[in-house]
Amino acid sequence: MNRLNPLVLGIETSCDETGIGIVRGTTLLSNTIASSMEEHARYGGVVPEVAARAHLEELVPAISAAVAEAGIRLTDLDAIAVTSGPGLAGALMVGVGAAKALAVALGKPIYAVNHLVGHVGVDLLRNGADDADEPLEYPTIALLVSGGHTSLLLVRDLVSDVELLGETIDDAAGEAFDKVARILGLPYPGGPEIDRAALEGDPKAIRFPRGLSRPKDMALHRYDFSFSGLKTSVARWVEQRQDAGEIVPIADVAASFREAVVDILLTKAVAACVDLEVPRLLLGGGVIANARLRELAEERTDAAGIALRIPPLSLCTDNGAMIAALGAQLIVAGHEPSSLGFGADSTLPVSDIQV
Amino acid sequence: MLLAIDTSAGTSVAVVDLRGDVLAERSTDDTMRHAEVVGLLIEDCLREAGLDARALTGVVGGMGPGPFTGLRVGIAAARVFALGARRPFLPVISHDAIAWGRYQAGHTGGLLVVTDARRREVYWSAYSGTDAAGLPERSDGPGVAKPDVLLGEQWAHAGLPRFDAAAVSAGELGRVAALRLVEGHPFAADEALYLRSPDVTISAGPKRVSR
Ligand SMILES: [Zn+2]
Repeated sequence: MNRLNPLVLGIETSCDETGIGIVRGTTLLSNTIASSMEEHARYGGVVPEVAARAHLEELVPAISAAVAEAGIRLTDLDAIAVTSGPGLAGALMVGVGAAKALAVALGKPIYAVNHLVGHVGVDLLRNGADDADEPLEYPTIALLVSGGHTSLLLVRDLVSDVELLGETIDDAAGEAFDKVARILGLPYPGGPEIDRAALEGDPKAIRFPRGLSRPKDMALHRYDFSFSGLKTSVARWVEQRQDAGEIVPIADVAASFREAVVDILLTKAVAACVDLEVPRLLLGGGVIANARLRELAEERTDAAGIALRIPPLSLCTDNGAMIAALGAQLIVAGHEPSSLGFGADSTLPVSDIQV
Repeated sequence: MLLAIDTSAGTSVAVVDLRGDVLAERSTDDTMRHAEVVGLLIEDCLREAGLDARALTGVVGGMGPGPFTGLRVGIAAARVFALGARRPFLPVISHDAIAWGRYQAGHTGGLLVVTDARRREVYWSAYSGTDAAGLPERSDGPGVAKPDVLLGEQWAHAGLPRFDAAAVSAGELGRVAALRLVEGHPFAADEALYLRSPDVTISAGPKRVSR
């Protein structure tokens, strides 16, 4: 096995994207994604059984497409990497079963890895980015925001030391966007819709609550997030206008809601950087596509003297390249492969970088 | 030489040759740990048969019917193994393997194969007998039904001798596939037999939160 620049295929099926990535060390060769998002649109959110069925159908075409794009043969691979968790159990199992079969068929080692840590590791794949030469420095705080997770991590070392500082205690931030979009009569997925509606809106028009920010909550949940109260508060505000026969100012509601989400995310992330004296913040997850989040992240980190890293947006959403990249780093660091009896763990703790 | 994988009930993996001899078979009845065991069982069977993937002619997948979460693991593994080994994927209906086993054990004539579909339902397939090659001839199904339906006198297959199976043998699945291959019989469609739509309810819109 090439331990300096391993050629790794990563399989990611933790939510609604079937992601197959191929990397050689830190060089991205393919980031192939088949999404079942459109199938979920009519339900207003990801339906686990629909996602799992789509993974089964997309896997073989996605692997074939990735191999063709990378210009390699499967037999050239040094290893297979796969998401073991966290994520939707039934969806994860499809990827785990497939990855094991591929590893045995090819006689290659397998690395079962943590999805959340993959979101951090993907930052290494910066071919062509402006700061491609600057490697990720440790320790770093990482804020991971998507429809499935909202987590704040302290990463001391990508392959050996990741600590969960806090996470959402109810909805993920991306879910909150979807739910509020529905309240406003906007389609799924809610993130881009809220963004569009917010363009003309005033983010200060309505002061929606920032979850877990009061002193007594901060004592217990300093780095945790909560978005279900915010969603309820938006719903109540909208209902009051409707009941009074008034027109709901959708742009202002969207802008004010988005501001509440982005504000609390960055307030807590920057606080972690300051408290722990870690002057680096890395963003990851699909919600990073939100322009306002990136804008405010730049403002707040600039003001606090924190170096901000945002991986290319195409690598922020769930993908197989991040899994391959993390697998490659484990190999480079000399870690042994996973034993073949691992499972899918929907609640895999972030400190379990490899299973 | 064929590798056969079925996870429509527990997890079963086998290596069979084209004469229909089972060279290795490993199974577990555990209906919760398909993803955990499937890789190990494949590895064990290949090792016991003394083969690597290059020695295979094809990879057989049991397409169900079976409870979804487990069923998918075996189909995913079989399809992707076939891709990795660059061998054809050969889909077989899992109930055919059960029927084959009964006919091999001496049963003749009509047969109703029944397996658990969870949620107080069963999967069923009706067979009229075997063809000249000895392959089970499915006359109807697979279908999914409430157990009571199968007991009714009005049911289309009332009176057929019934066999309730709790497991599917990949060895038998592989032997069905080997015979189909040798006889030039077509394989099943390459689609998972869920026989039920995903249960989702289309929301009528957001619920009120204020009283
Ligand atoms: Zn993710």
